[in-house]
Amino acid sequence: MNKRAVFKSWWLPVLFALPQLLLILFFFYWPAISVFNWAFTLEPAFGGAGERLFVGFDNFREVFADSEYWRSVSLSLFFAFTATGLSMFIAFILAICVDRQLKGSSLFRFFYIWPYAIAAPAVGLAFRFIFAPESGLIAVVNTWSPDLWNPAKYGSHAMILVIICFAWKWIGYNFIFMTAGLQSIPRSLLEASSMDGSGPVRRALDIQIPLLAPTLFFLLVLNLTESFVGPDTFGIVDLTTEGGPNKATDVMVYRIVSEAFRGLNYSGAAAQSLVLIGLIMVFTFIQFRFVERRVHYK
Amino acid sequence: MQGFGVKIGLAAGLLAAGFGATPAMAEKVKFEFWYGLSGDLGERVQDACKKFNDSQANFEIVCTSQNGYPETVQNAIAAYRAKKHPAIVQVFDGGTLDLMLSGAFVPAKKLMEDNGYKIDWSNYFPGIANYYATAKGELNSFPFNSSTAMFYYNVDAFTKAGIQGAPETWEDVEAAARKLKAAGYACPFGFSFDSWATVEQFSAIHNQPIATKNNGYDGLDAELTLNKTKLVDHLTFFKKMTDEGLFVVKTKQLGMDVVPAFTSETCQMIQTSIADHGTVGKTIKQGTKWDVTMLPVWKGTARQNSMVGGASLWVLNNRPEAEYKGAAAFLNFIAQPDMVEWWSTVTGYIPVTKTGFEAMKAKGFYDQPAFKGREKAIASLTFTPTSANTRGIRLGGFPQIRKEISDAMEGIFFGKLTVQAGLDQAVERGNVILRRFEKTYAGKVLN
Repeated sequence: MNKRAVFKSWWLPVLFALPQLLLILFFFYWPAISVFNWAFTLEPAFGGAGERLFVGFDNFREVFADSEYWRSVSLSLFFAFTATGLSMFIAFILAICVDRQLKGSSLFRFFYIWPYAIAAPAVGLAFRFIFAPESGLIAVVNTWSPDLWNPAKYGSHAMILVIICFAWKWIGYNFIFMTAGLQSIPRSLLEASSMDGSGPVRRALDIQIPLLAPTLFFLLVLNLTESFVGPDTFGIVDLTTEGGPNKATDVMVYRIVSEAFRGLNYSGAAAQSLVLIGLIMVFTFIQFRFVERRVHYK
Repeated sequence: MQGFGVKIGLAAGLLAAGFGATPAMAEKVKFEFWYGLSGDLGERVQDACKKFNDSQANFEIVCTSQNGYPETVQNAIAAYRAKKHPAIVQVFDGGTLDLMLSGAFVPAKKLMEDNGYKIDWSNYFPGIANYYATAKGELNSFPFNSSTAMFYYNVDAFTKAGIQGAPETWEDVEAAARKLKAAGYACPFGFSFDSWATVEQFSAIHNQPIATKNNGYDGLDAELTLNKTKLVDHLTFFKKMTDEGLFVVKTKQLGMDVVPAFTSETCQMIQTSIADHGTVGKTIKQGTKWDVTMLPVWKGTARQNSMVGGASLWVLNNRPEAEYKGAAAFLNFIAQPDMVEWWSTVTGYIPVTKTGFEAMKAKGFYDQPAFKGREKAIASLTFTPTSANTRGIRLGGFPQIRKEISDAMEGIFFGKLTVQAGLDQAVERGNVILRRFEKTYAGKVLN
């Protein structure tokens, strides 16, 4: 930190940042303040300020007292960690293979990125048809043994389905970053270690993963946040399981959106959103505080 | 003020015509109509709008599909808050109370009186009108696309299995299911977790309450009671039949909902809306004999009328006065007997007025093979005068309560819940929704 370019006047940097600040103001802070307002009142669907009642922490009390809510929180956590883990693991394997320039890798590199470009609801719809237990492509497994795969019936299968959907879509995104990261690792290091007789797994563990740590950390934060609260999670759940069977995949984002917009319970949903924002902050704080310590940037 | 506006408009129009600038006369009053139907039914709404626009020169209705009932309500709310709402919005049965308490609409009766239309309100079938009317029986919104649940069965399969006539009781259904199974049909009766047919319509025709306070008509402090009625025995019967493989669950998540299950002849009996009558006729293999009948009742039950489903048209307030003239003209237009007949023919929805129905009957509409059976929906809706349990359901947050009921049914038929435990769960969670609704609208009185 020895040499730093410093702006002489205060307004110029503000001017540069202004477009971004305005965007954040209108699309983040303003709605957040509305949510804050609703969370402490009872908001009728069509509005009507005169009747809006201040209820203190009632909405929060109601949320916390609901055992379904806590079930939803644990489902979300399970979903976020598993989907992130699966997606990053597979993306890493693919990136390593492409990085080794195996046969056809340039072609695969191209295709692996595609899933990310598909909208989550489209992914959900496609997966619903493919994984439909009675008429989908997968229906054949149920002829071997009845109900071997039935996400409409078993909560665990439904959870697996949404995790696969999410992971499938995010593999592409993770893959891009990991490939880019791997390519910046000096070849000489890998070659030297090869000459010392290490195999691909040894090299991955000792050289590639440590050197890729900043990228992996970034992806970890991003994936966890995205799977915990992202629109992709909502789109996928909405089109595959609708939170079912009997709320087995009723993750927090899905719950909030369906309570707010289908149930027209704006206040309850606002309270849940604030709790969710809080959780995300804690989540991210923990990651930066404890995980980042193990990451060496340069 | 308005007269003045019209004069100016006319003058401007004459001037324009005089100068030959444009052949158009005074500019038409444009107003918007948002609806929730999509696909084939959505196209038919567009046809209705076009018919209206072609029929007169003063107004132009702009109709926009919002791709689904819940979305229509959501979008209308967002638009209303932003003061960019349409003049007319289509709201499904479950959203009726949300609109009633919103204070955001012009009651149907007032709108028509203010604009000089004389409507014979008693012409609407009471079973339909009561769902959308105040306690005094004054309509808040216009019944538009109305339906009720019916029992569909495959006559060919019945003949093959040696079953005579339509099942009238659930005992008949069980006997038929056994014979169909014996004849080799894998899915004699298919059902989904849709609460509308299996819970709501069942409760109405068996004169069972869904909730206290006359299904919510008498106050926002109503509580669900469906875990203490005949419904418990009914679902227990469904569960037993399912375990025996006579009744089969068919849902979208499994890969096929009940209607496609029926039209593909996978299942031989289903319950669904009369509005699907057209779809079934179009999609089932041509030449297949099938029929509809009223929903079965348990033996010894005095059948009551079934409840109306579908949606009604609400006129939102705070629009320019001129738009209300247009809205009233449009609502009057679609209530004319020939429009009622056209709408019912091209969709499958039932005619909502007595004169519309009589006109169609007199013309021999229901004798045509393609439409045979649709009159039974009217028979079902008008079977008895409406009682406290069959007038309708007036519960807040009802779409969420429906979801709780179908979640509970998932638990009962797929999970480990017993019927009683499942219904208790639905009632408990549903009551939470009702209490919150009551608090949100504290001080509002149902009228």
